[in-house]
Amino acid sequence: MLDKKQLKKEQIIECALELFASRGFYSTTIPDIAKSLKMSVGNMYNYFKSKDILASEIIKYISVYLGKKLREINEEDISTKEKTRKIVEMYFKTASVKPEMIDYFLRIYLSNREVFRDTCEGMLCVNEFVTEIMIYFEEGVRCGDLREQDFFSAFGLFMGYLGGMVFLKGEDILPKDLNEYVEDITYNIYKALSSQ
Amino acid sequence: MKTKMKVLWLSAISCNGNTHSFFNYSQMEQFLEDFEFIYHPVIDSKYLLQDIVSQDIECDVLLIEGAISKEFKRADLSIVDIIQRYSKRVKKIVTVGTCATFGGIFRESGYEKTSGLHFDQEKRVDTFKSLLDKTISLSGCPVHPEVLVNTLYAIKKDITLKVDEFLRPKEFYAYTVHNGCTRNEYFEYKVDNHNFGELEGCMFYDHGCQAPFTHGSCNKILWNEVNSKTRAGLPCMGCTEPSFPRQNLFSTKKNMAIPEHLPVGVNKRVYLTLAGITKAFKIDRLEKKLFDD
Ligand code: SF4
Ligand code: SF4
Repeated sequence: MLDKKQLKKEQIIECALELFASRGFYSTTIPDIAKSLKMSVGNMYNYFKSKDILASEIIKYISVYLGKKLREINEEDISTKEKTRKIVEMYFKTASVKPEMIDYFLRIYLSNREVFRDTCEGMLCVNEFVTEIMIYFEEGVRCGDLREQDFFSAFGLFMGYLGGMVFLKGEDILPKDLNEYVEDITYNIYKALSSQ
Repeated sequence: MKTKMKVLWLSAISCNGNTHSFFNYSQMEQFLEDFEFIYHPVIDSKYLLQDIVSQDIECDVLLIEGAISKEFKRADLSIVDIIQRYSKRVKKIVTVGTCATFGGIFRESGYEKTSGLHFDQEKRVDTFKSLLDKTISLSGCPVHPEVLVNTLYAIKKDITLKVDEFLRPKEFYAYTVHNGCTRNEYFEYKVDNHNFGELEGCMFYDHGCQAPFTHGSCNKILWNEVNSKTRAGLPCMGCTEPSFPRQNLFSTKKNMAIPEHLPVGVNKRVYLTLAGITKAFKIDRLEKKLFDD
């Protein structure tokens, strides 16, 4: 039973993500989402009590999704440099197969903090994702590959860079496919963070 | 007349810190009615050290204070030989303090191969292997007098003490020092903002407190019956552990904001998940001074 409800929730999340990406966050309403899923609005509220709650559930969903991928990379027995490359690849891959996810993260979550104020204090809704990034950094420093520094200066460098590239891609400014930048970007990030 | 238990207090490479700690035991008169030192380096006792090393004097418990090296002598005899000799006749051997247990501070002394009786930090030392079953380790720098005395009473009463992997009685060492600290609330919500000696803040995050990964009863059996280091505003330095002394005792070693040593048994992912949650909230009450209005 629980699984069925969970499945439906995920369906709603996927649908909402698409609608937010194509029509914009503010102009998409709960009735719009219900309509495109052929659900009644009343039933829809059984799953998410408000649009704000749906909005924060979506960001948690994305964080869990990315966190899981990162964890797989973290648990591999490879060098920090290899992990760096895999994270870049994973992020770009997500941006191309699930563009609405990264889009949501960058354009909705980071740009409309007021929507998330009550339900997502601090980094609460992106905990899984941030935890894995922290583990990547921590293990890198511990084994001597990465330089010890403030977490946010490293986090900003890594995620800001990747987010910026995906943003440029979304704006159709990038001349090449994202994948073609993996090599250089990995090199740049690793060089900036490395202890050498 | 009831029989007193006979105790030999043997001082190896040591600063006598455990002796001084022991002197703070509050029921000393009672203790001395139940126990008798056949020899103690500071207290008047029946025999001289020369008698101890040259004769076989009756003895029930051997207490060893200080780190051990074959090179180190007392009354012209290697401490190792004195231990060998008395260990055969006693019922129990107790290593008193971290030096006698793991090597401790005096592990750094110039004597050749200095270590604890059975451990060189975490590594097992085989010299006295046959004595393992007889030994109880009481680590601490110094050991709390009540821990020492209560262990001796347990021996006297033939109570079997359950011990951990380093032979420390679980009764005293199954807890972490973090248990019972008055700053636990600050720990829970990840509030350090501590100034040494002040009442507010948990010292785990920035000020080097090792209590969450140090085994001992400091916050359960208070020192001088009134206080503990961490309650008073000084970080726990992990003095009961094989790794004692570490470096930089007043700051927390971190790798990109994550403490290198986490609370015992808590894995990194769990720690970070919880940290992420609690860090999201600011509890005003815990940011303020306790007594100032
Ligand atoms: S100061 Fe140390 S013992 Fe006290 S709560 Fe913090 S970590 Fe625990
Ligand atoms: S608080 Fe820590 S350093 Fe202080 S006596 Fe206890 S175990 Fe040793």
